[in-house]
Amino acid sequence: MEILMAFLVGILFMTATYLMLSKSLLRIIIGTGLLSHGAHLLLLTMGGLKRGAAPLLGENAPAYADPLPQALILTAIVISFGVTAFFLVLAYRAYQELGTDNMDRLRGKEGHE
Amino acid sequence: MKTNDVILQTVTKVTLFIIILFSIHLFFAGHYYPGGGFIGGLMTSGAIVLLLLAFDIKTVKSILPIDYIKLTAIGLLFAIGTGAGALLFDMPFLTHAYTYVNMPLLGKTSLHTAVLFDTGVYLVVIGVTMTIIQTIGESE
Amino acid sequence: MNNLIILPILIPLITGVILIFFTKNIPVQRWVSAAGFLLMIVAAGMLVSHVYQDGIQTMHLSNWEAPYGITLVSDMFSALLVLTTSIISFFVVLYSFKSIGEEREKFYYYPVVSFLIVGVNGAFTTGDIFNLFVFFEVMLMSSYVLLVLGGTKIQLRESIKYILVNIISSALFVIAVAYLYSVVGTLNMAHISLRLSEVSDLTIITVIAVLFLIVFGLKGAIFPLYFWLPGSYYAPPAPVMALFGALLTKVGVYSITRTYTLFFYHDTGYTHELLQIMAILTIIAGVIGAVAFTDIKKIVIYNIIVAVGVILFGVSVFTENSLAGSVFYIIHDMNIKAALFLLIGIVISITGTSDLNKIHGLIHRYPGVAWTFFIASAALAGIPPLSGFAGKLLIVRSGFEAEDYIGAAFVLMSSLLVLFSVMKIFIRGFWGAPRAYKNEENAPVKWLLFAPALLTAFAVLYGFGTEAIYPVISMAAETLANPEIYINAVLKE
Repeated sequence: MEILMAFLVGILFMTATYLMLSKSLLRIIIGTGLLSHGAHLLLLTMGGLKRGAAPLLGENAPAYADPLPQALILTAIVISFGVTAFFLVLAYRAYQELGTDNMDRLRGKEGHE
Repeated sequence: MKTNDVILQTVTKVTLFIIILFSIHLFFAGHYYPGGGFIGGLMTSGAIVLLLLAFDIKTVKSILPIDYIKLTAIGLLFAIGTGAGALLFDMPFLTHAYTYVNMPLLGKTSLHTAVLFDTGVYLVVIGVTMTIIQTIGESE
Repeated sequence: MNNLIILPILIPLITGVILIFFTKNIPVQRWVSAAGFLLMIVAAGMLVSHVYQDGIQTMHLSNWEAPYGITLVSDMFSALLVLTTSIISFFVVLYSFKSIGEEREKFYYYPVVSFLIVGVNGAFTTGDIFNLFVFFEVMLMSSYVLLVLGGTKIQLRESIKYILVNIISSALFVIAVAYLYSVVGTLNMAHISLRLSEVSDLTIITVIAVLFLIVFGLKGAIFPLYFWLPGSYYAPPAPVMALFGALLTKVGVYSITRTYTLFFYHDTGYTHELLQIMAILTIIAGVIGAVAFTDIKKIVIYNIIVAVGVILFGVSVFTENSLAGSVFYIIHDMNIKAALFLLIGIVISITGTSDLNKIHGLIHRYPGVAWTFFIASAALAGIPPLSGFAGKLLIVRSGFEAEDYIGAAFVLMSSLLVLFSVMKIFIRGFWGAPRAYKNEENAPVKWLLFAPALLTAFAVLYGFGTEAIYPVISMAAETLANPEIYINAVLKE
C-alpha cells in the first residue's frame, strides 16, 4: 500500500510540476492544487497507513488509528483551499487588469508598469 | 441569452431547506460523531451556492441580505471569545468547560462551551466561502 | 502555565476582528489599531520581563499537557522578537495614517496588518512544528492581501509570482513535516528534539534538515532562493514594504535558527557547514545587488538579503557567542530596516520617484529626514557605537575563534560595502543642488518622520545600551546553545 501511495504521490508531484511550468495562469493554479494534494497524501502515508478504531479511551480496540496525520491534513486542506481561492480571485483580477493570463507577458522589470 | 431554469429553480426551493436542515444536523452531531462546524458551514454555503446558481445574485441578495465579511468577523469573535473566556478563569487559552444537565424532552444532555466555538467556526466557514464565491461571481 | 504568552497573539487578533465591523470609519480604524498595538507592546514587554525573571514560559493550549497538545513556548529569543515586532508594527501603523491612502484604509488595511502580526508573533511563540506552519500561513495570507491591496498593475503582477513561490514552499513545508513525523512521531518541538537525539541513523536527519533549510530559506531569502524577493518587495507602498522587510524574512531566519539549534545539532559537520556556505553566498549576492542598483528601494531591499546572510553566518558558527551576536543582530536589523524603509517612503512621497538619478539636494529643505537617514544608515553598517556594531563584532569574533576566517572576513567586508551602498543614497540623494518636485507640498513630512525617527532613536539607544542589554541577549543565546534548557522547560511540568 505504501508503495502504491508513493507512486501516486510521485505522479501528482510530476503533474503539478509540469502544470506549474506552463504559461497559462489557470494551469499553474491547477498545478498548485495538485501539488498540495500530493503533499497531503504524503503526510497521510508518512503518518503510517493502518486500520484501527477511533483513538478514544472507551473503545478497548486491539488497534487504534493515528488521528494526528488526519488532523494535520484537514488543517492543511483548509489552508490550501483558502490559498487556492485567493489565487483564483487574484488571477481573475489580474486577467481583467492586465489583459493576459500568459506568464510570458507578465514578465518585466519591477519598475515598469 | 436568458435560459429557462424552471426545473432547477423548483427543485432548489425544496432541496434548499433539506440541505440546510441536514447541515444543522451535521453541526450538532459533530459533538460526539462525525460532523461539526466546518462541514456544517460548508454544506450551508453549498446550499446558498445552489441558490445562486438557480437564481441570480440580486435575488439572492434580497433574500439573504447578509454582509458575509461581517459574518466572518462575528464568527471569529465567537471563536476567540470562547477561547479568551478561559483567560478570565485563569485557565490556558481555549480551555473548555462542560457539564451534564437534565433537560425537559431531551433528557440528559451535555452542555459544552465547544459548541460556542464551533458556532464561530460554522459562521466563519459560511462567511469566507461566500465572500470568495461572490468576489469571483459579482463582476460577471 | 502563563497566559501572558498568548496576549501578543490574541490582542492583534481581537483588534483585527473588531476593525472589520468599522470598515468605513477611518478614525476608528486608525485609533483602535494604534491602541491595540500599544497594548501589545505592553504585553510583550511584560512577557520579556517575566522570561527574564523566571526563565522559559510555557502554556498548554486547551490545557492539554505537552507533548500531546499544542504548546506555546516563550524563551528569551522569541520574547525579544515578539517585543521588537510589536514596537515596529505600532510605528508602522502610526506612519500609515498619513501615507497609505484612504482607499486602502477603507479596504481592510488595518485588520490585515493586525492578522499579519498575529501570524508573525504566533510563529515566534509556538512550540509546535505544525502550528508553526499554520501561523506561517496566517502570516502569508495576510501578506498576499497586503501585497495586492490597491490593485495597481505592478502589484498584481508581482503578487502572482510571490504567491506561487510561497505555495510551493508551503507544500515543501508539509512534506518536511511529514518526513519528520514519520521519523519521530511527534510534533512538539521539544519532544522532537528529544526523540531526534535517540535516532541512530544520522543520514535521514540530515535529509530532513536540508529540506527544512530549503523551506525556511525560501521564506527567509537565503542565497539561491532569494530570487523572488527583490521583485515582490518592490511593489507595495512604503509601510507595507517596511512590515515585509522587517518582519517576514526574519520569521524565516528565526525558524532556521530554531530548527538548527534545537533539532539538527547532531551532524553539524554537514548541515551547519552547508548553512555557512549558503550564508556567505547570501551575503555576497546581497552586497552585489545593494552596490549595483541606483534605485533606493532596491538598495535597501538587497540590504535585507545581506542581513539574512550575516545572521545565519552567526547561527552556523554555532557557539554561544556567535548565537548571541545573531540575536543582537536580528533585533537590530528588524528595527533599522523598518526605519530605513519608512525613511525612503518619505523620500518617495516627496519626490514621487525612487530613481536615485532623479533625486538631489533633499538635505536643504528636509534636514531632519536627511540626518535621521544618515544615522540609520550608519547603524545599519554597524558603525560603533550604533546598534549594528555589537552584533557584528560578536559574530565576526566568534567566526575567527572558530577558525572560519573566510566567512568572518566576508562579514567584515560586507559591512564596508553596505555602508557604501547606503551612503550612496545619502550623498547622491540628499547632497547636491536642491530642486523642486511635483508633489512636494502634499507630503506630510513632519508626521511621517515621527515613526522612523523614534525607531532610529531606538537603534542609537540599543547601541549605547549594549552593556545593559547584554545579560538579556546572552540569556537568549544560552537557551539556543543548550537545547536541554528548552526541552526541560517544556516537558518537565
